[in-house]
Amino acid sequence: MSGNSNEFNALLAAVKAIATNVAAPAAPDVDARARFPQETIDALRQARVLSAAVPKELGGAGCGMRELALLCVALAQACGSSAMVLAMHFIQVACLARHGRDSTFFRGYLQDLVRNQYLLASMTSENGTFGETRTSICAVERANGRFTLAKDATTGSYCSYAEGILVTARRASDAPGSDQVLVLVRKDDCRLTQTTTWDTLGMRGTVSPGFKLESSGAEEQILPGSFADSSAQTMVPYSHILWSALWWGICADAVARAAECVRAGARKNPGSVPPTALRLAEVSTQLQSMRHNWHSLAAEFDAITTRPAGLEELLAIGWALKMNNLKVSASEAAPQIVHKALQIAGIVAYKNDTKFSLGRHYRDVLSASLMISNERIAAKSASMLLVLKDT
Amino acid sequence: MSAFTFVRLDARRASSGVLRLRTMDVTAKIRRILKEHGRLSLDADTLALNADLYEAGMTSHASVNVMLALEGEFDLEFPDHMLKRSVFDSIASISAAIGELQAAAA
Repeated sequence: MSGNSNEFNALLAAVKAIATNVAAPAAPDVDARARFPQETIDALRQARVLSAAVPKELGGAGCGMRELALLCVALAQACGSSAMVLAMHFIQVACLARHGRDSTFFRGYLQDLVRNQYLLASMTSENGTFGETRTSICAVERANGRFTLAKDATTGSYCSYAEGILVTARRASDAPGSDQVLVLVRKDDCRLTQTTTWDTLGMRGTVSPGFKLESSGAEEQILPGSFADSSAQTMVPYSHILWSALWWGICADAVARAAECVRAGARKNPGSVPPTALRLAEVSTQLQSMRHNWHSLAAEFDAITTRPAGLEELLAIGWALKMNNLKVSASEAAPQIVHKALQIAGIVAYKNDTKFSLGRHYRDVLSASLMISNERIAAKSASMLLVLKDT
Repeated sequence: MSAFTFVRLDARRASSGVLRLRTMDVTAKIRRILKEHGRLSLDADTLALNADLYEAGMTSHASVNVMLALEGEFDLEFPDHMLKRSVFDSIASISAAIGELQAAAA
């Protein structure tokens, strides 16, 4: 990869080592017990990976989208849940770094995050909004320089293990549901009561049950601006690009396992190409186009953010449609690719206890079309296409 | 504030009678479309010209319907570079965008 800084290369090498030595050996247990990948996150902390998305001026590595995506990919090839936790953490950090830049409080908080390698989670879902993250029922109430906020969230990924949670809420008790703000709730600011369980098909290590949150803190912990902007300019692009990258990482590992099976077969009978090699050629085509999709949009995002009018460009419908298309196509491709890898590798991959096992990969990528449902995204794209002229 | 107040405000701002009539007409049509499609939590008739429509409850989904209705009403097409929040975030900015497109077409 050309153009990577030495600092980034060192970070990537560290994540690859953590993936191989910590995340991969822990992955079966994390998956089986639906437990948080604590050892992997601790290792990432140790290697100072949790501040990769913090700007250099505040002490972080200042990684761009493509770089963050490569870090998520490296981890996803070992453990999908750990990569999802890392991606979600990067998304939250990016929201603070990009929209809290002019706030003394948030600059200070990000410097603390660099020093202490805090893990950030989010709470954007809510009972009663039916998965629409751009609407809130709960509202942040302000009085005497303090805020109070209570939320009944349907899912709260790794909230019990995070030092801070970014919570969406209506701007005030008289604001409409779509007029939202993001509030940074620190561990010490809140009480979390778990309301549901997290016994899922896949992504089990993200530990994402429902929670009731009761919190209060200083008013300055409310991120400046509106969530409408930070969502379009940061949360949506970071989510869809980093998720697509990590789903690809899971697929790449699945295809690598299938390829190893094909090679093993070929070695037994040199001179004839095994029939499974043809299937491998097919799936490698799909894997490559999936990679190009997230990779080119990550590069496009990095290019946009260097332009003075970049933030404005990210608010355009054309960009929103590109993000929707990426999310839908990556989440549809991922299970297909893992399915094909399973067909190639056969029974050894179907078994849960071989080095070719693909059960966890398959179950993990099935979450892709559900986390922010593709149906909802398709409906939004359909309405955008009614006004967008040049697609 | 009543609709009448707005007419007077527009009258003070407009430099000529023709422009005043045009602005009044455009603004009234925008208000009607916002009423029908903006799903605002406030009354579109009494909203200030530069009040933030998103803060008044317009969702991005509703804004697409507003765009469609405006295109139909004024017989114009918003080019893609205009399809962004800032162009549709107030009655004044919508009116300015329409004025720009109408001037370009004239």
